[in-house]
Amino acid sequence: MTIAPVLAGGDPLLTGKIDFAVVLIVLLKTFVTFAVLMVAVLFMVWFERKVISDMQNRIGPNRAGPWGILQSLADGIKLFFKEDLLPEKADRRVFRLAPYLSAVPAFLSFAIVPIGGVVSIFGRETRLQLADPPVGILFLLAMSSVAVYGVMLAGWASGSKYPLLGSVRASAQMVSYEAALGITVATVVLLTGSLYTSDIVASQTGSIFNWNIVRLGGLPFLLFVVAATAELNRPPFDLVEAEQELVGGFHTEYSSIRFALFFLAEFMNTVTMSAIIVALFLGGSDGPTFGVGGVVGTWLLPLFWFVAKLFIFLFTYVWFRATLPRLRYDQLMDLGWKVLIPVSLAWLLVIAAITLERRYLVAAFPAMLVGAAMLYRSLALGKDAVRHEDLHA
Amino acid sequence: MIAVLAAATKVDLAVFAVSAVIVMAGAFGVVFSRNPVHSALMLVMTLFGVAVLFVAQEAHFLAVVQVIVYAGAIVVLFLFVIMLLGVDQEENVAAERLRGQRPAAMALGGLMFFLVLLLAQATNWATGTPSARGAASGPGENVEKLGRSIFTTFLLPFEVTAVLLVIAVVGAVVLVRRSPSLPEEGDAEDEAAPEPRGQRRDEEVPA
Repeated sequence: MTIAPVLAGGDPLLTGKIDFAVVLIVLLKTFVTFAVLMVAVLFMVWFERKVISDMQNRIGPNRAGPWGILQSLADGIKLFFKEDLLPEKADRRVFRLAPYLSAVPAFLSFAIVPIGGVVSIFGRETRLQLADPPVGILFLLAMSSVAVYGVMLAGWASGSKYPLLGSVRASAQMVSYEAALGITVATVVLLTGSLYTSDIVASQTGSIFNWNIVRLGGLPFLLFVVAATAELNRPPFDLVEAEQELVGGFHTEYSSIRFALFFLAEFMNTVTMSAIIVALFLGGSDGPTFGVGGVVGTWLLPLFWFVAKLFIFLFTYVWFRATLPRLRYDQLMDLGWKVLIPVSLAWLLVIAAITLERRYLVAAFPAMLVGAAMLYRSLALGKDAVRHEDLHA
Repeated sequence: MIAVLAAATKVDLAVFAVSAVIVMAGAFGVVFSRNPVHSALMLVMTLFGVAVLFVAQEAHFLAVVQVIVYAGAIVVLFLFVIMLLGVDQEENVAAERLRGQRPAAMALGGLMFFLVLLLAQATNWATGTPSARGAASGPGENVEKLGRSIFTTFLLPFEVTAVLLVIAVVGAVVLVRRSPSLPEEGDAEDEAAPEPRGQRRDEEVPA
């Protein structure tokens, strides 16, 4: 537990003198990241539709291109040329602003994903990662808290009741689950001792036993996946856009390219969150290199491992959607506040104790048992009181 | 003042100027917007401007916490309340709620402005120069220094704040709980009724 790898966060490209070549490399990286993200979204939309169809015994998109792979491109072009409606009761400025508040954070948060290690481009050392800021993983939390505004203001500015209901649900849900998400991230940061995403990945290299999913005991990984799914508003936590009760939720009144921006943001966030899960818990681009050196060993194999792990989670999110029924609102809040937050807090304490000294684990377990017993007792008391009131009402 | 200006690079000065404009525009927007939701959004703009200033001062952690806590949680709660209470209409600003409110506000505002000028004159004009003072400044990791100073020098204030927050949470829970002995009002019953039913349904569902 006291592995202390050499933590060297920050991009080596930006530590030296910043000349024209450095600026060019940064621009190139930005462009490539943007393009990769857009292609990933187009692919993800197609992938989701195809896998869902398979799971439901349908064929799915099969007209545009081989296996219908160009379907999402065709849909995107169609959305561009559709009429852009503005509801009469809408707050014009906020209505126009909201889609960008959703899409821009989605683009930005992918910047901190560590795709690979240090490589050299045109003789300069740089990371396969657009930005490696000192606040690292906290940047993701900041961006996801900005994204709440997009959903919330879209619903409010539409001047219509279903979007408003959807957006009030959304803001409550996203703020609640952000707490659990943050505490779980803190567990990872505690073990790594650094906020840099590149350091978090670097501390997991070597073998599968160094991956945080094993080192942290698996539980934070599960908590993070659940909280991230809720943060993404994906099924089974898609109460925000529950079509059976809210028409379409916060984006009911949106059409054309503004609707497309919300859609884009949702799928981009799915890709980003999956990549972050891989980086935080599954060792990022870590994997056997079979002793191959050169371009294949430093570029292609890590990239391959990263994409392979990413696929597992992209598929899992689609699988969730096909399998799990939507939660009721009170179940959602119960899960967030009464299960995820206490469990992640308790696990944070255990990890802190072990990081400090192994024998504190002996003390941490009785403390956890006592804490769990007290929590259970207080829940039972609350339920009794409610039942008591019910009888007398 | 000239010495301070010389210490700041052109980049520092430019960043400061741009974010100062953002902060001030947001602040004026909060006051002059007629719609409470627009005011809240302008407040977010101000908070972002301040976050940029923090980054310029190398206080990265403070900047990101500013965005997560203030922009991400507190203003969202403001908006939540505004939307739920349905006060999101434009307000008539011409009506004066309290007598003599406006002259008093102007006098106090002028006094505050004068005080700020006095303070600035006595110590430093903010120019975007990275600060050398304070426990968390200088080279090295932000978070580590902040952590050290919180758990050593400022341990007592930190713990007292934590206790205060716990008390606030417990107080909020106590305030919203209806007492079983009191006679219930009609709408309070309507609101609270679905919850116990939902909980009992939970228990019946096999895990």
